[in-house]
Amino acid sequence: MGLVLHNLVCRRGGRLILSDVSFVVPAGGALVLRGPNGVGKTTLLRSLAGLIPIAGGTARLFDTSLGPEAEGVALSGHLDAVKPGLTVAETLAFWARLYGTDMAPALQAFGLAPLRARAAGRLSAGQKRRLGLARLALSGARLWLMDEPTVSLDTDGVAEVTALLERHLAMGGIAVISTHLSLPLAAETLTLRAPGVDTRPDPFLTGFDA
Amino acid sequence: MNPALALLRRDVLLALRSGGSTVEALIFFLIVIVLVPLGTGPDADILRALAPGTLWLAALLACLLSLDRLFQADFEDGSLDALALSPLPLEAIVALKALAHWITTGLPLTLIAPLLALMLNLAPDRLVWLLLGLLAGTPALSFIGAIGAALTLGLRRGGLLIGILTLPLYIPTLIFGARTMADAPLPALALTFALTLFVLALSPFATARILRIQMR
Repeated sequence: MGLVLHNLVCRRGGRLILSDVSFVVPAGGALVLRGPNGVGKTTLLRSLAGLIPIAGGTARLFDTSLGPEAEGVALSGHLDAVKPGLTVAETLAFWARLYGTDMAPALQAFGLAPLRARAAGRLSAGQKRRLGLARLALSGARLWLMDEPTVSLDTDGVAEVTALLERHLAMGGIAVISTHLSLPLAAETLTLRAPGVDTRPDPFLTGFDA
Repeated sequence: MNPALALLRRDVLLALRSGGSTVEALIFFLIVIVLVPLGTGPDADILRALAPGTLWLAALLACLLSLDRLFQADFEDGSLDALALSPLPLEAIVALKALAHWITTGLPLTLIAPLLALMLNLAPDRLVWLLLGLLAGTPALSFIGAIGAALTLGLRRGGLLIGILTLPLYIPTLIFGARTMADAPLPALALTFALTLFVLALSPFATARILRIQMR
């Protein structure tokens, strides 16, 4: 049973960011997180990655519970984790060795092959993003957590990300994606709301329409 | 290639390519050693007496120079998050990064030190002890420094703060290290090495713990 979240509570610096987040994503499924800026999309992704301790509730990926040192999770954040001093091929080769996988498919997948000898510091923002996302393909992780993956990508880039995601899902992987742009992907959507904010109409203001 | 070797190779490569930390440390080391006779005067006996302490102090300070970049660059570009989620435990990542720092800073300093020691009129029969002492002691400088680098992560002008936090912890290494050039060098060398082994065992766990808090 894929990724199961039950009443997850996330705190950051003592402040309650998210409470009672529950959802189920089956193997081969994707979940798109939506919600206004600051609602906790990044916090949720970092909690699932085990970088922020989970304050309450449970998060399970297949048979293991998620948290610090959990295996099989890969995160691509706002930042691309790309070193300006390494070439594209060196960057991919490093991650492939670290994860114990083969770099060739990642080099092909994002149209990075023609850039292989170029220093990452000389790539455009979109090319850096592609290089950063190619790391997910190398990780061999079953759960991909993606924070705004399509920022600064062109339409071809978005199509390539979608194709990469579809291959990952087809192999029984799971993806949780936070995005403001629509991805052409069959995915469930979860809209996050800030906790503790009463959304009922204020009884003292009913009748006023200022 | 083994994942640990891949990380070590990457960090050494980045340090050498970013043009500078090794060369900076060596030039700083050289300048301090050249300045000391200008301050104390050219009296050969005074210089000989000052040489062990001066060499070790200069090596300590040169090591500090590049410590603030140990985790900072990876923290700023998101690589640290990605490394933390890799199959290598964070403790191993910390140890490998500190080792890469030693290879690009402590080791070159050690190798050039005998040459500079001649400028301070250190007796030639003490040169081998200087070399052995630095070889045994400088890894501790990188590994203690890793704790300071992790504590000051994300701070602006953290470099100065690293010095304030780290230099007091360098005191035992400095004392025993400089004593390796005294009349009975062997016990001091053994103690320097023992201290380094203690730090090597402890620092990765402390540093990884601090980094986990910094990444929240």
